[in-house]
Amino acid sequence: MIIIGERINGMFKDIAQAIKDQNPAAVQEWARKQEHNGAHYLDINVGPSSATPIEAMKWLVEVTQEVSDLPLCLDSTKYDAIEAGLKLCKRPAMINSVPAEMAKMERVFAMAAEYGAEVVALAMNEEGIPKDADSRIALAAELVATADAFGIAPDMLYIDPLVLPCNVAQDHGPEVMRTLREIKLISDPAPKTVIGLSNVSQGTKNRELINRTFAVMAMANGLDAGIVDANDDELMAAIASARIILNMDIYCDSYVNVFIQRNR
Amino acid sequence: MAVEILKEKYRNKVGEVVLGATSDQGGTRSHTITVGGEEALPFLHFEGEIPNRPVLVLEVWDIVPTEWNPCFEKHYGDVWSDPAAWARKCVEEFGAEMIQIRLKSADPDLGDSSPEDCAAIVKKVLGAVGVPLIIVGCGKPEKDNLIYNPIAEAAAGENLLLGVAELENYKAVTSACMANQHNIIAQSPIDINICKQLNILIAEMSTAMANRIIVDPTIAALGYGIEYSYSIMERARNGALQGDKMLAMPMIGNVGLEAWRAKEANSPTEDEPGWGEQEERGLLWETTTAMAYLQSGIDILVMRHPEALKVIKSSIDDLMKDNS
Repeated sequence: MIIIGERINGMFKDIAQAIKDQNPAAVQEWARKQEHNGAHYLDINVGPSSATPIEAMKWLVEVTQEVSDLPLCLDSTKYDAIEAGLKLCKRPAMINSVPAEMAKMERVFAMAAEYGAEVVALAMNEEGIPKDADSRIALAAELVATADAFGIAPDMLYIDPLVLPCNVAQDHGPEVMRTLREIKLISDPAPKTVIGLSNVSQGTKNRELINRTFAVMAMANGLDAGIVDANDDELMAAIASARIILNMDIYCDSYVNVFIQRNR
Repeated sequence: MAVEILKEKYRNKVGEVVLGATSDQGGTRSHTITVGGEEALPFLHFEGEIPNRPVLVLEVWDIVPTEWNPCFEKHYGDVWSDPAAWARKCVEEFGAEMIQIRLKSADPDLGDSSPEDCAAIVKKVLGAVGVPLIIVGCGKPEKDNLIYNPIAEAAAGENLLLGVAELENYKAVTSACMANQHNIIAQSPIDINICKQLNILIAEMSTAMANRIIVDPTIAALGYGIEYSYSIMERARNGALQGDKMLAMPMIGNVGLEAWRAKEANSPTEDEPGWGEQEERGLLWETTTAMAYLQSGIDILVMRHPEALKVIKSSIDDLMKDNS
């Protein structure tokens, strides 16, 4: 599974403070820590409270790239902020995210084509998150078709079937699993899939256990990438183990360390 | 409409290892040999670069190899009581690109020669030939662990390939190689998990050693489990190309040693008249075994029969022709 480290996000107090003070220490520390623990991409999100999201995004991209060569996943609902960030990225980045709404797809896919960026595409539209797998897959197909019109290959898309917290929307779990499997049938090459992992455990008491259980179940259903806490060692070990069971890595006694260290 | 050839794109390539060192590099070899570096499966030049030819080695023992088939006497009998002369003949007459010295005399049951004697033999062969050398012990770890360091020190600067390291016994040879900057053979018993784990353990002792490992996955001869070792090597190479850095090492195999253990190579003509003449049969057994391993991604073939080496050399010439 491709690990997108979630920690550089203005929703966390230390990052919000860092942006406010223009002090890169906390941001760079998290960039290093996540890379060290096996992240493949670093998610960059200025957070909900930033008054100047464009400036904040540019600053976060710059200070992160000072300490890490990992590709970035620019996470914002404000597309001008993402575009400002894309201009500064040294390696092809990921745009996070676009729903299946025409105006937003046109804006994001045009930008992705211009910068060679991958795109996290959400299986939702103006009506919100669907309840069942079939509606999610229909939206995924719409995203793939629209991206294609902009010359973006399906495997540049990471479709997020959107999972809701399991304590309030338990019936979504199996629908998400089915969505993950069937998304792969939409096109050839198939789009990739991604999940914002922490959503599934919002408001529960066993967050880490639920996150890693969900992660390995989703992997068994074909999940390609996760926006996750790369510094959750138990989660990373569970993902490494799932890769062994799924025959994605060759077993050896040190397989957990091999999985975490392969980027170094 | 032209048919478009479907090409596989790989994420990683096999690491390159340089063997030997010239006088500029602190050694006394006439040239160095680079192995590995493959960007695609064997000889699929159209999918990626195959920058280095597989290397053909002849084995030299430091005792008269009385256990070898008598047919070898006419090739090596005049020199096999002197490893230096034997090595020279292999290089000058038979075209060996490297020499593997097997220090059989160190075996407590076959002479029990001292670590200093072993080092002296290595020095003597270094003086006799200009090609890079592979040095392996007698195969008994408790004795081999005593000879690695003296050899590594005596040949410091020569950038040897020294072995073998095994899962249960890798520290002595690894530290001898680390201290004197030699390369190491990491041997696993036809087991990809152990192969990978051993590479990790060596790399943990020294990250620099990770780039100096040659994997010996242990090969079997035709008819004696060749398909097992073949599939292990194929899996290792696929893993390497798909990004598994702990399997992305060049591979070595003792083709001659294994092929000449087979009954089919050794049975006298009179015992098996229907099988054809013994020596020809034996060298074909070795050649066929080697051909199969070339297709599995082997980088260094340790051969025994000079005619088998010749046939494989011309096959490699053909296989290295660009087919892109």
